[in-house]
Amino acid sequence: MSRKVLLIVGLLVIVALALTACATTSGGSSGGEKTVTIGFTASQTGKYNVSSGRQSNGLQMWMDDINAAGGIKLSDGTVLKFAAKSYDDESNKDRVQELYTRLATEDKADFLISPYSSGLTAAASVIAEQYGKVMITTGAASDATYQQGYTLVYQAYTPASRYLTSSVDLLASLDASAKKVAFVYENSKFSTSVVEAAKAYAENKGYEVVLFEGYDPDTKDFNPFINKIQAAGPDAILGGGHFQDGSTFARQLSEKNINVKFISLLVAPPEPTFAELGDAAVGVAGPSQWEPSAKYSADAAKAAGMDWLGLSSTEFAQKYQEKFNEEPSYHAAGGYAAGLLLQNAIQKADSIETSKVKAALDATNLMTFFGALKFDTSADRHGLQVGHSMIVVQWQRDSSGNLVKQVVWPSSGATADPLYPIR
Amino acid sequence: MANVLLASVIDGLLIGFVYGIAAMGLTLIFGVMDVVNLAHGPIIALGMFGVYLLFSLLGINPFIALILVAILGLLFGLLMYMVAVHRVIEAPPLSSLLSTFSVNMMIIGIGTSLFTTSSYNVEYSLGTVNVGSITVTGTRLSASLIAVLVTALLYWFLYRTRPGKYIRAVANNRTSAELMGIPSTRVLALSFGIGTMLAAIAGALIATIFPINILAGGSYELKSFVIVVMGGLGNPLGALIGGLILGLIEGVVPVFIKTTWVPVLEFLLFIIILLVRPQGILGTKE
Amino acid sequence: MKLTRYPGLILSLALVLLLALYPAITGSASARETVFTILMSIALASSLNILLGYTGYVSFGHIVFFGIGGYVGFYVLTVLGLHLFIAVLAGGLAAGLLALLLGKSILRLRGAYFALATIGVNEALRAFVNNFQPFGGPVGMDMKFAIYSEYGGAMRALWIVYGGLILITVLVIATSYAVKNSKFGLGLMAIREDEDAAEVMGVVAPNAKTWAYVLSAIFPGLIGVLFFFKNGNIEPGDAFRLHLSIELIVMVMLGGQGTVLGPIFGGAAYQQLRKTLLTSPIFKNIQLAVAGFLLLVIVLFIPSGAVGWLRSRFVNLRRVLE
Repeated sequence: MSRKVLLIVGLLVIVALALTACATTSGGSSGGEKTVTIGFTASQTGKYNVSSGRQSNGLQMWMDDINAAGGIKLSDGTVLKFAAKSYDDESNKDRVQELYTRLATEDKADFLISPYSSGLTAAASVIAEQYGKVMITTGAASDATYQQGYTLVYQAYTPASRYLTSSVDLLASLDASAKKVAFVYENSKFSTSVVEAAKAYAENKGYEVVLFEGYDPDTKDFNPFINKIQAAGPDAILGGGHFQDGSTFARQLSEKNINVKFISLLVAPPEPTFAELGDAAVGVAGPSQWEPSAKYSADAAKAAGMDWLGLSSTEFAQKYQEKFNEEPSYHAAGGYAAGLLLQNAIQKADSIETSKVKAALDATNLMTFFGALKFDTSADRHGLQVGHSMIVVQWQRDSSGNLVKQVVWPSSGATADPLYPIR
Repeated sequence: MANVLLASVIDGLLIGFVYGIAAMGLTLIFGVMDVVNLAHGPIIALGMFGVYLLFSLLGINPFIALILVAILGLLFGLLMYMVAVHRVIEAPPLSSLLSTFSVNMMIIGIGTSLFTTSSYNVEYSLGTVNVGSITVTGTRLSASLIAVLVTALLYWFLYRTRPGKYIRAVANNRTSAELMGIPSTRVLALSFGIGTMLAAIAGALIATIFPINILAGGSYELKSFVIVVMGGLGNPLGALIGGLILGLIEGVVPVFIKTTWVPVLEFLLFIIILLVRPQGILGTKE
Repeated sequence: MKLTRYPGLILSLALVLLLALYPAITGSASARETVFTILMSIALASSLNILLGYTGYVSFGHIVFFGIGGYVGFYVLTVLGLHLFIAVLAGGLAAGLLALLLGKSILRLRGAYFALATIGVNEALRAFVNNFQPFGGPVGMDMKFAIYSEYGGAMRALWIVYGGLILITVLVIATSYAVKNSKFGLGLMAIREDEDAAEVMGVVAPNAKTWAYVLSAIFPGLIGVLFFFKNGNIEPGDAFRLHLSIELIVMVMLGGQGTVLGPIFGGAAYQQLRKTLLTSPIFKNIQLAVAGFLLLVIVLFIPSGAVGWLRSRFVNLRRVLE
């Protein structure tokens, strides 16, 4: 009996020791310079690892830039420098709340940035709100997150409900006789919210929706769909989902020689690697949060009565290319823009206190290389992005036959005329 | 309508052959040693990346690269059998499920750090074939032809060669095969190798048709489960026919109902067949 | 009842409670979240163990009960607007009913056939929910932040959820212990060793298996509601994640299947291991591969798991390490 008791006690002691080893302490800051900790999770593994990696690259670049520029100087003489604290969320929700709680409490993060994707962000928002931390979301477009009554969550992206509407506008400007549209979309949270809003918008504008159908996120073979599209005979195809399925869909549309005048797909076309599709990419358009050729400038900001902060799109693209040796996608730009939003709010608030920064964020009326940024401040849609709008890109062949991604909408920022009809 | 239906039937059948090859690998392994290889999906993905790398780095034609990939697939299977499967072959099913799953984790882990999860394209086209209003792509057509060829070769091997006959003998009754002097360890390793080779070939064929990524094997693994159950676990020809049936379902059903209901239907069918005819549609009652 | 007559149960419960009370005493939210993840694994693995360990049926899609419970509970919370307590019960009930329904049919299958069927059930249900509009289809469902205020604000709500999870974990372990030491449990283990022989000896296998299945399904259903209430939203992909199902089997295996203490140790060890690998600078990029390698080593060399190994090495500890 005594051996058993001993064993129980022994095991309990081991557990207790393990627990105390878990509890760590973190050091404070000193003097005139203060380090502001920015906490976030990134998907280093799992299905989001590419987009999420670019997003954290963008954020990291902002942080390097601001620190290299000497940080932010507050009026009381404190100099703020920034440091990142991040964990791998493995592209799934299991640990998001655990990691964000850790960031908010143990790591004493002053501000939070969202994970990539709407689903993970929704889980993180609960924690941000609960611990009274401001969280800038990027890579999280779903509107629903901003309709749950959060007060400290701010969205950098154009929300899902306005993702495809600019494509509808573009189509309307190109051809008044094209009236039949087909919506074919990935049956997932993000794309479904996008097309539902776009469908309502299109119907309102007098379009006839001849096909409205989702496909499973794992779909590789779109031929059954394409046969169905052919039977419906639309003028335009709108939809898609993420990179994998979008590029597969575009490739198979081309292989099957489908006669449509206009194709606009989510997420995939703005990615530089979409060019790997070769001929299948020609003519495919898609909404983008940002493009390297986007022409937002200090002058434009002034004309619109907005503040301007940071670098220009070309500078951003060049620096990013040098640093990470790849062309930046809008995920990277979104990461950098999230940093700029914080920087602007901290400067305006002249403080890192949550309540003051929140007030400054509410009052944001900013233009950056990423575009205009402004938040809804009403109670039921607080934090929803209302300033930013989508660009439409289209893949075209230039005079020497190379595939290039051109901006075709809005016409004020266009780098080329739209190719229409595409086939 | 008739046109859509015909086009869907053809598309479904063509892809069905490729599904069939993928499932054949799984079913062969199960038939011989009662092991469900949970690394099946990642091995399919390895086949995809094999073709991709050979094609994009060395410029080797995908259909020639296929042969190399098949050999590598065989070697990988032999190695995997010796390291991860042999010790648990007599243990309860859980052990082999977990040991093959651990290989799955290793492949995906290393694969993700090498290739990330982004998608890659084998930029190779054989043009299209038009028959009336129906368009079929060349790569899809050749993929299904190769799938038929591979099936024929497999059957020739199993029924006409000595190692093949050994495999069938071991599948039938390992103990008596051993009593007859058949080297069962080597035969088991060989069958495992052929199973993974088929998976790698399936991956290689898929890479010529669809964009690929390291996680893409997962959905083919799930499809393979459905297929092998339809065809009867352990029955390679059944797997091919199961593949065709699944291809047909995926091709034709969306003509009539929303495509997102197809997986519901597939998995319900899967469960029903398991319950009503666990020996498969083709199988005979034991 | 003299508690010292049950050293195995006391050790298991003491370990869990010590772990569970640590965040409550220190009040550290971060520790609470860490322990939440661990406790959830322990409870899910222990409930799976009732079927997997005692009865020997490998349920690969066990997470389906977590998902269906989560969905039903979330629906009760947000659409019907009822209290969390009722939602949790509804989730457990839904999972139990599903198991009862399924049990009568798929438990006829044995070995790999059963394992495959459970995968099919999970995938079928995931695909179904993806199309089922009352549950929000692919978009899933969201919960207003204001709901937490009914429970005294988000901060308190999370502590309540935590308390609920502790309670469920204790229940699972007590159930697991009771089953193991009952006639019913002996019947299950007879089925595990040789189902046909068990039936000859008078075990009504179909009924026994079904009840084991139902018991092991109810708890994941309860936990699912707590988890998604805490998350504030639910989507098909998160609710029916096959991978989590497989992780649970790994935990049971790691600790030792068929023992009460095994899944407790396995769940905790697995989560700690994953966390260490995830945050380690060397293994961060290949953590999945390293975890796979470790799993292989365990399956090949210590197939009875940590507790099983201890039991075979130290025979006189068997009464304690149940």
